[in-house]
Amino acid sequence: MTVASIHRVGTMGLRWLKGFGRFWYRFIIGDDWTVAATVVVALLVTELLRLANVAAWWLPPLAAVAAVGASLRRIN
Amino acid sequence: MNNSSVFLTTFLASAVEVIEMVIIVVGVGTVRGWRSTWLGAGAGLAVLAVIVLAAGTALAAVPIGALRLVIGSLLLVFGLQWFRKGIRRVSANGFRGMGGRSASADGIPDQGVDWIAFVLSFKGVLLEGVEIALIVISFGATAHAFPTAVLGAAAAVLFIAGLGLLVRGVVERIPRSALQLVVGTLLSSFGTFWAVEGLGLAWPGGDGAILALVAWYVLAAAGYVRLLQRHTGRLVLQNAG
Repeated sequence: MTVASIHRVGTMGLRWLKGFGRFWYRFIIGDDWTVAATVVVALLVTELLRLANVAAWWLPPLAAVAAVGASLRRIN
Repeated sequence: MNNSSVFLTTFLASAVEVIEMVIIVVGVGTVRGWRSTWLGAGAGLAVLAVIVLAAGTALAAVPIGALRLVIGSLLLVFGLQWFRKGIRRVSANGFRGMGGRSASADGIPDQGVDWIAFVLSFKGVLLEGVEIALIVISFGATAHAFPTAVLGAAAAVLFIAGLGLLVRGVVERIPRSALQLVVGTLLSSFGTFWAVEGLGLAWPGGDGAILALVAWYVLAAAGYVRLLQRHTGRLVLQNAG
Protein backbone atom coordinates (compact mmCIF):
# COMPACT_ATOMS: atom_id res chain seq x y z
CA MET A 1 0.00 0.00 0.00
CA THR A 2 1.45 3.36 -1.03
CA VAL A 3 1.52 6.45 1.18
CA ALA A 4 -1.03 8.10 -1.11
CA SER A 5 -3.53 5.25 -0.77
CA ILE A 6 -3.07 5.14 3.02
CA HIS A 7 -3.74 8.89 3.07
CA ARG A 8 -6.85 8.42 0.89
CA VAL A 9 -8.24 5.67 3.15
CA GLY A 10 -7.50 7.83 6.22
CA THR A 11 -9.30 10.82 4.70
CA MET A 12 -12.30 8.68 3.76
CA GLY A 13 -12.41 7.18 7.25
CA LEU A 14 -12.25 10.61 8.84
CA ARG A 15 -15.03 11.90 6.57
CA TRP A 16 -17.17 8.88 7.47
CA LEU A 17 -16.55 9.43 11.19
CA LYS A 18 -17.46 13.12 10.86
CA GLY A 19 -20.66 12.23 9.00
CA PHE A 20 -21.50 9.58 11.60
CA GLY A 21 -20.96 12.04 14.45
CA ARG A 22 -22.95 14.74 12.67
CA PHE A 23 -25.86 12.33 12.11
CA TRP A 24 -26.09 11.34 15.78
CA TYR A 25 -25.69 14.97 16.88
CA ARG A 26 -28.63 15.93 14.64
CA PHE A 27 -30.61 12.89 15.77
CA ILE A 28 -30.16 13.43 19.52
CA ILE A 29 -29.42 17.13 20.01
CA GLY A 30 -31.10 18.72 16.96
CA ASP A 31 -31.27 22.51 16.98
CA ASP A 32 -31.86 22.89 20.73
CA TRP A 33 -29.65 20.89 23.10
CA THR A 34 -31.69 21.87 26.17
CA VAL A 35 -34.56 19.52 25.24
CA ALA A 36 -32.30 16.43 25.06
CA ALA A 37 -30.44 17.53 28.22
CA THR A 38 -33.74 17.93 30.12
CA VAL A 39 -34.85 14.44 29.05
CA VAL A 40 -31.54 12.91 30.22
CA VAL A 41 -31.67 14.73 33.58
CA ALA A 42 -35.34 13.78 34.05
CA LEU A 43 -34.56 10.10 33.41
CA LEU A 44 -31.60 10.23 35.83
CA VAL A 45 -33.75 11.83 38.54
CA THR A 46 -36.51 9.25 37.85
CA GLU A 47 -33.94 6.46 38.36
CA LEU A 48 -32.67 8.05 41.59
CA LEU A 49 -36.25 8.36 42.87
CA ARG A 50 -36.88 4.72 41.91
CA LEU A 51 -33.88 3.69 43.99
CA ALA A 52 -35.48 5.62 46.86
CA ASN A 53 -38.70 3.61 46.26
CA VAL A 54 -40.58 6.51 44.63
CA ALA A 55 -42.37 5.58 41.40
CA ALA A 56 -41.85 8.86 39.52
CA TRP A 57 -43.23 7.65 36.14
CA TRP A 58 -44.92 11.04 35.82
CA LEU A 59 -41.63 12.99 35.80
CA PRO A 60 -40.29 12.32 32.23
CA PRO A 61 -43.53 13.31 30.40
CA LEU A 62 -43.86 16.40 32.60
CA ALA A 63 -40.22 17.40 32.03
CA ALA A 64 -40.47 16.71 28.26
CA VAL A 65 -43.47 19.00 27.82
CA ALA A 66 -41.88 21.69 30.03
CA ALA A 67 -38.62 21.51 28.02
CA VAL A 68 -40.51 21.91 24.72
CA GLY A 69 -42.44 24.87 26.17
CA ALA A 70 -39.22 26.58 27.31
CA SER A 71 -37.61 25.94 23.91
CA LEU A 72 -40.62 27.39 22.04
CA ARG A 73 -40.58 30.42 24.33
CA ARG A 74 -36.88 31.04 23.58
CA ILE A 75 -37.32 30.70 19.81
CA ASN A 76 -40.32 33.04 19.71
CA MET B 1 -53.76 -23.73 28.35
CA ASN B 2 -55.06 -25.46 25.17
CA ASN B 3 -53.84 -24.69 21.65
CA SER B 4 -56.61 -22.26 20.71
CA SER B 5 -56.15 -20.21 23.89
CA VAL B 6 -52.36 -20.13 23.30
CA PHE B 7 -53.05 -18.90 19.74
CA LEU B 8 -55.52 -16.23 20.88
CA THR B 9 -53.34 -15.01 23.79
CA THR B 10 -50.21 -14.82 21.65
CA PHE B 11 -52.16 -13.14 18.84
CA LEU B 12 -53.58 -10.44 21.14
CA ALA B 13 -50.34 -9.82 23.07
CA SER B 14 -48.32 -9.64 19.82
CA ALA B 15 -50.95 -7.42 18.17
CA VAL B 16 -50.30 -4.69 20.77
CA GLU B 17 -46.58 -4.72 19.90
CA VAL B 18 -47.21 -4.90 16.13
CA ILE B 19 -49.57 -1.89 16.33
CA GLU B 20 -46.72 0.14 17.92
CA MET B 21 -44.29 -1.09 15.22
CA VAL B 22 -46.68 -0.28 12.36
CA ILE B 23 -47.52 3.18 13.75
CA ILE B 24 -43.80 4.08 13.80
CA VAL B 25 -43.08 2.68 10.31
CA VAL B 26 -46.18 4.25 8.68
CA GLY B 27 -45.61 7.60 10.45
CA VAL B 28 -41.91 7.82 9.59
CA GLY B 29 -42.50 6.62 6.01
CA THR B 30 -45.19 9.21 5.42
CA VAL B 31 -43.09 12.09 6.81
CA ARG B 32 -39.61 11.13 5.50
CA GLY B 33 -40.36 8.94 2.45
CA TRP B 34 -40.76 5.20 2.06
CA ARG B 35 -37.51 3.89 0.53
CA SER B 36 -35.25 4.46 3.55
CA THR B 37 -38.08 3.57 5.94
CA TRP B 38 -38.52 0.15 4.27
CA LEU B 39 -34.73 -0.31 4.24
CA GLY B 40 -34.65 0.39 8.00
CA ALA B 41 -37.59 -1.94 8.65
CA GLY B 42 -35.97 -4.66 6.53
CA ALA B 43 -32.63 -4.26 8.31
CA GLY B 44 -34.45 -4.41 11.68
CA LEU B 45 -36.20 -7.64 10.64
CA ALA B 46 -32.91 -9.11 9.38
CA VAL B 47 -31.08 -8.33 12.64
CA LEU B 48 -34.06 -9.70 14.58
CA ALA B 49 -34.01 -12.92 12.53
CA VAL B 50 -30.27 -13.35 13.21
CA ILE B 51 -30.77 -12.73 16.95
CA VAL B 52 -33.72 -15.17 17.14
CA LEU B 53 -31.91 -17.87 15.14
CA ALA B 54 -28.66 -17.45 17.10
CA ALA B 55 -30.17 -17.17 20.57
CA GLY B 56 -33.30 -19.33 20.28
CA THR B 57 -34.99 -19.68 23.65
CA ALA B 58 -31.93 -18.07 25.27
CA LEU B 59 -33.44 -14.83 23.92
CA ALA B 60 -35.36 -14.68 27.20
CA ALA B 61 -32.03 -13.62 28.76
CA VAL B 62 -31.81 -10.48 26.56
CA PRO B 63 -31.64 -7.40 28.84
CA ILE B 64 -34.94 -6.05 27.50
CA GLY B 65 -34.98 -3.29 30.16
CA ALA B 66 -31.71 -1.79 28.89
CA LEU B 67 -32.92 -2.12 25.26
CA ARG B 68 -36.17 -0.32 26.13
CA LEU B 69 -34.30 2.43 28.00
CA VAL B 70 -31.83 3.13 25.17
CA ILE B 71 -34.34 2.94 22.29
CA GLY B 72 -37.04 4.73 24.29
CA SER B 73 -34.71 7.61 25.24
CA LEU B 74 -33.53 8.03 21.63
CA LEU B 75 -37.11 7.96 20.29
CA LEU B 76 -38.16 10.45 22.97
CA VAL B 77 -35.43 13.04 22.26
CA PHE B 78 -35.97 12.71 18.49
CA GLY B 79 -39.78 12.65 18.80
CA LEU B 80 -39.67 15.87 20.83
CA GLN B 81 -37.80 17.59 17.97
CA TRP B 82 -40.63 16.76 15.54
CA PHE B 83 -43.20 17.57 18.26
CA ARG B 84 -41.71 21.06 18.65
CA LYS B 85 -41.32 21.66 14.87
CA GLY B 86 -44.88 20.41 14.30
CA ILE B 87 -46.25 22.81 16.94
CA ARG B 88 -44.46 25.74 15.25
CA ARG B 89 -45.69 24.76 11.78
CA VAL B 90 -49.30 24.16 12.83
CA SER B 91 -49.34 27.45 14.76
CA ALA B 92 -47.99 29.26 11.67
CA ASN B 93 -49.90 27.44 8.89
CA GLY B 94 -52.84 25.80 10.65
CA PHE B 95 -53.77 22.47 9.10
CA ARG B 96 -53.38 23.74 5.55
CA GLY B 97 -50.00 22.11 4.97
CA MET B 98 -46.60 23.57 4.45
CA GLY B 99 -47.18 25.93 1.55
CA GLY B 100 -44.99 24.19 -0.99
CA ARG B 101 -42.01 23.36 1.20
CA SER B 102 -39.90 20.77 -0.57
CA ALA B 103 -38.66 17.55 0.94
CA SER B 104 -35.07 18.81 0.77
CA ALA B 105 -36.09 21.79 2.94
CA ASP B 106 -36.76 19.24 5.68
CA GLY B 107 -33.24 17.85 5.33
CA ILE B 108 -34.46 14.75 3.49
CA PRO B 109 -31.78 13.77 0.94
CA ASP B 110 -32.96 13.49 -2.68
CA GLN B 111 -30.58 10.59 -3.29
CA GLY B 112 -29.06 7.86 -1.15
CA VAL B 113 -30.29 6.69 2.23
CA ASP B 114 -32.18 9.02 4.60
CA TRP B 115 -30.53 7.78 7.80
CA ILE B 116 -33.10 9.47 10.07
CA ALA B 117 -35.91 7.40 8.51
CA PHE B 118 -33.70 4.30 8.45
CA VAL B 119 -32.71 4.49 12.14
CA LEU B 120 -36.22 5.32 13.42
CA SER B 121 -37.77 2.48 11.46
CA PHE B 122 -34.94 0.05 12.32
CA LYS B 123 -35.23 0.72 16.07
CA GLY B 124 -39.02 0.48 16.10
CA VAL B 125 -39.01 -2.85 14.25
CA LEU B 126 -36.10 -4.32 16.26
CA LEU B 127 -37.45 -3.43 19.73
CA GLU B 128 -41.01 -4.51 18.96
CA GLY B 129 -39.73 -7.62 17.17
CA VAL B 130 -37.70 -8.65 20.24
CA GLU B 131 -40.78 -8.08 22.42
CA ILE B 132 -42.90 -10.26 20.11
CA ALA B 133 -40.22 -12.98 20.19
CA LEU B 134 -40.25 -12.81 24.02
CA ILE B 135 -44.06 -13.16 24.02
CA VAL B 136 -43.80 -16.23 21.78
CA ILE B 137 -41.10 -17.76 23.99
CA SER B 138 -42.92 -17.14 27.26
CA PHE B 139 -46.37 -18.34 26.08
CA GLY B 140 -44.89 -21.14 23.98
CA ALA B 141 -42.72 -22.42 26.82
CA THR B 142 -45.44 -22.13 29.48
CA ALA B 143 -47.98 -24.09 27.43
CA HIS B 144 -45.43 -26.35 25.68
CA ALA B 145 -46.95 -25.15 22.37
CA PHE B 146 -44.23 -23.29 20.46
CA PRO B 147 -45.66 -23.84 16.93
CA THR B 148 -49.07 -22.48 18.00
CA ALA B 149 -47.47 -19.47 19.72
CA VAL B 150 -45.40 -18.74 16.59
CA LEU B 151 -48.56 -19.02 14.44
CA GLY B 152 -50.45 -16.63 16.75
CA ALA B 153 -47.69 -14.03 16.55
CA ALA B 154 -47.29 -14.46 12.77
CA ALA B 155 -51.04 -14.01 12.29
CA ALA B 156 -50.92 -10.79 14.36
CA VAL B 157 -47.99 -9.44 12.29
CA LEU B 158 -49.74 -10.23 8.97
CA PHE B 159 -53.13 -8.88 10.09
CA ILE B 160 -51.90 -5.60 11.63
CA ALA B 161 -49.25 -4.98 8.94
CA GLY B 162 -52.00 -5.49 6.31
CA LEU B 163 -54.19 -2.94 8.12
CA GLY B 164 -51.17 -0.59 8.23
CA LEU B 165 -50.77 -0.83 4.46
CA LEU B 166 -54.49 -0.07 4.04
CA VAL B 167 -54.39 3.06 6.25
CA ARG B 168 -51.16 4.30 4.59
CA GLY B 169 -53.16 6.14 1.93
CA VAL B 170 -55.33 7.85 4.55
CA VAL B 171 -52.28 8.93 6.60
CA GLU B 172 -50.60 10.34 3.46
CA ARG B 173 -53.58 12.69 2.96
CA ILE B 174 -52.91 14.45 6.30
CA PRO B 175 -51.19 17.85 5.72
CA ARG B 176 -47.43 17.57 6.24
CA SER B 177 -47.29 20.18 9.00
CA ALA B 178 -49.95 18.38 11.04
CA LEU B 179 -48.44 14.99 10.20
CA GLN B 180 -45.07 15.94 11.66
CA LEU B 181 -46.87 16.96 14.86
CA VAL B 182 -48.90 13.72 14.89
CA VAL B 183 -45.82 11.50 14.37
CA GLY B 184 -43.78 13.59 16.83
CA THR B 185 -46.56 13.09 19.40
CA LEU B 186 -46.58 9.31 18.80
CA LEU B 187 -42.77 8.95 18.89
CA SER B 188 -42.62 11.03 22.10
CA SER B 189 -45.39 8.94 23.67
CA PHE B 190 -43.80 5.58 22.80
CA GLY B 191 -40.34 6.91 23.72
CA THR B 192 -41.55 8.08 27.14
CA PHE B 193 -43.35 4.79 27.74
CA TRP B 194 -40.35 2.59 26.85
CA ALA B 195 -37.72 4.75 28.59
CA VAL B 196 -39.66 4.68 31.89
CA GLU B 197 -40.37 0.95 31.54
CA GLY B 198 -36.66 0.46 30.82
CA LEU B 199 -35.87 2.04 34.19
CA GLY B 200 -37.89 -0.76 35.76
CA LEU B 201 -40.96 1.30 36.63
CA ALA B 202 -44.45 0.00 35.90
CA TRP B 203 -46.95 2.36 34.29
CA PRO B 204 -50.36 2.57 35.94
CA GLY B 205 -52.73 0.78 33.55
CA GLY B 206 -49.95 -1.13 31.75
CA ASP B 207 -49.93 -0.67 27.95
CA GLY B 208 -53.05 1.52 28.28
CA ALA B 209 -50.74 4.24 29.64
CA ILE B 210 -49.59 4.84 26.03
CA LEU B 211 -53.05 6.26 25.27
CA ALA B 212 -52.83 8.53 28.33
CA LEU B 213 -49.38 9.70 27.19
CA VAL B 214 -50.70 10.42 23.67
CA ALA B 215 -53.56 12.43 25.24
CA TRP B 216 -51.05 14.31 27.43
CA TYR B 217 -48.83 15.29 24.48
CA VAL B 218 -51.88 16.21 22.33
CA LEU B 219 -53.18 18.49 25.10
CA ALA B 220 -49.75 20.09 25.50
CA ALA B 221 -49.46 20.60 21.71
CA ALA B 222 -52.93 22.18 21.54
CA GLY B 223 -52.02 24.52 24.41
CA TYR B 224 -48.69 25.55 22.85
CA VAL B 225 -50.25 26.07 19.37
CA ARG B 226 -52.88 28.34 20.93
CA LEU B 227 -50.25 30.30 22.89
CA LEU B 228 -48.02 30.75 19.80
CA GLN B 229 -50.97 31.86 17.64
CA ARG B 230 -52.01 34.39 20.30
CA HIS B 231 -48.40 35.64 20.53
CA THR B 232 -48.16 36.01 16.72
CA GLY B 233 -51.53 37.79 16.64
CA ARG B 234 -50.31 40.29 19.26
CA LEU B 235 -47.12 40.95 17.25
CA VAL B 236 -49.16 41.58 14.06
CA LEU B 237 -51.40 44.02 15.93
CA GLN B 238 -48.37 45.84 17.41
CA ASN B 239 -46.74 46.13 13.96
CA ALA B 240 -50.01 47.39 12.41
CA GLY B 241 -50.38 49.93 15.20
